[in-house]
Amino acid sequence: MHAIEKILAKNSGCERVTAGEIVTAKVDFAEINDLYLQTVYSFYEMGGEKVWDSTRCAFVFDHYAPAPDIKSAANHKEMREFAQKNNLKYHFDTHCGVCHQVMPEAGVIYPGMIVVATDSHTTTHGAFGAMGTGCGATDMATILMTGELWFRVPEIIEVRLEGEAKPGVYPKDVILEVLGRIKADGAVYKAIDFTGSYVENLNVAGRMVVCNMAVEMGAKTAYMQPNEDVLQYVKERAERPFEVQTTDPDFKYEESFVFDVSAIEPNLSCPHSVDNVYPLSEVVKDGDVILNQGYIGSCTGGREEDLEAAARILKGKHIPPYTRLVVVPASSEVMLSCMEKGIIQDLMSAGATITSPGCGACLGAHEGILSPGEVCISSTNRNFPGRMGSNQAKIYLASPATVAASILNGKITDPRQYLDELK
Amino acid sequence: METRITGKTIVVGKNIDTDQIYPGRFLAITDPKEIGSHCLSGVDESIAQNFPKGGIVVARTNFGCGSSREHAPIALINMGAAAVVAESFARIFYRNATNLGLPLIVCKGIGSEVEAGNTVTVDIKAGTVTVEETGKVYPCDQLGEQALMILEAGGIKPLMRKRMKEKKQQ
Repeated sequence: MHAIEKILAKNSGCERVTAGEIVTAKVDFAEINDLYLQTVYSFYEMGGEKVWDSTRCAFVFDHYAPAPDIKSAANHKEMREFAQKNNLKYHFDTHCGVCHQVMPEAGVIYPGMIVVATDSHTTTHGAFGAMGTGCGATDMATILMTGELWFRVPEIIEVRLEGEAKPGVYPKDVILEVLGRIKADGAVYKAIDFTGSYVENLNVAGRMVVCNMAVEMGAKTAYMQPNEDVLQYVKERAERPFEVQTTDPDFKYEESFVFDVSAIEPNLSCPHSVDNVYPLSEVVKDGDVILNQGYIGSCTGGREEDLEAAARILKGKHIPPYTRLVVVPASSEVMLSCMEKGIIQDLMSAGATITSPGCGACLGAHEGILSPGEVCISSTNRNFPGRMGSNQAKIYLASPATVAASILNGKITDPRQYLDELK
Repeated sequence: METRITGKTIVVGKNIDTDQIYPGRFLAITDPKEIGSHCLSGVDESIAQNFPKGGIVVARTNFGCGSSREHAPIALINMGAAAVVAESFARIFYRNATNLGLPLIVCKGIGSEVEAGNTVTVDIKAGTVTVEETGKVYPCDQLGEQALMILEAGGIKPLMRKRMKEKKQQ
């Protein structure tokens, strides 16, 4: 069996499971974000009284952090009241950050578990050898009532990433390369196991970037076998004992895709589809792409490593007039650490607007919305029409280093122009 | 559950994500009717206003990809959609719609066979989609056992209410 199948088998009390089978599995941790007051409504509509386990579920207020208007403030209020009434052990209010960063930091994510959250980017937790998957409000309400959810055991495809990335090429460039090949519906209903020497040597933050965007191919979940970096991270934090699952050597993947990471260049996902990926050099060959805004943040590109890569390029310089750079640290832990290292100071001195930790403008809620006709380069995960504001705005997705180099020049720019700064 | 659904169609393209079905700027809204009034406004702001009651949305591949927001099927239902027929659906959207009792029908190649304003009949039991204007019948995938069970119960909510009641009586 695959590690994912072993996790599903263990949590559903089966000896083994096979692809296509429907199982009902115990959920080890359930998270509700602040777009999902409907979860509370559905919970009561279905006859829910108390959550099944007050130590295994939490709210993270990240999409409206802090509340931008009366409606979202009222939604927060109702959710807080639900959390208090149920005496939830964990609660992450508007100061904490993006759920997929906050949960691992709090030690509720560990290898071999099932985590379900009301957010499609829950695939992120494959970085830790966990099975993470997103759901909607009403599915979440059934979990809060029963502690379980039905799953179709997914077919599993392998994305093997071999070799080392060139300087100036980041995990974001690697996952965009994968997306460009597998496409937005290439893994619908399936799980993606990322393997290969690149993954074995990848740090926690890099692993999270890659697993995070698995959902942009339609994947139900992502997986990476935990390495030393991961084990060190979770040992320091895990709130519960855990068991790392390992894929059997005779397991057969439905399909395998192999990538030579050393051949990957800085990539761009071009408007208006995440899988519309081209090497940056090819995009700028036809003429300058003039920018209005750079954006660094989100569960994909708002970690310390991301802000640090940007600060290295921007330190001692200033973005041009009539451009703007919005930086949204993924969590308060990230922000505090970046402040200690002077990263926030370097970014602010370069002209960046720093906002409070959270999802910010990634989904067009607040803090950096785009006007019609504007062009943004972003370290986030989606460039759908209207994602960050107007339907008539354009979003290019790139690594944080590419975002920094580009906004510094006011046009899309290869970060390798600043290789000395990147070393 | 109605197993035969006839309605006028609107036709949209491929990879219609949940941001286009229900843009982020409306996510704090909780009133279902108001949610419905913004449906598909990421594609065209006039769609919801002009949508034929009981109509059917026809799409190409990967309908509902992206965010897990349940607002997307809530919007479709409250706009008046009786079903969505597409060449394929994204997973979370599929679960969300099924949970709320909105039938999603997978019909290969249908995106290029229907024109906006055509009337189509979906026969869930027979597994067919008929375009009334041309009389052409297209085979569609049978619903999975789990999805069918939820839809037949009228969605996950009545199913769970029944389960909770039985649990209490035990």
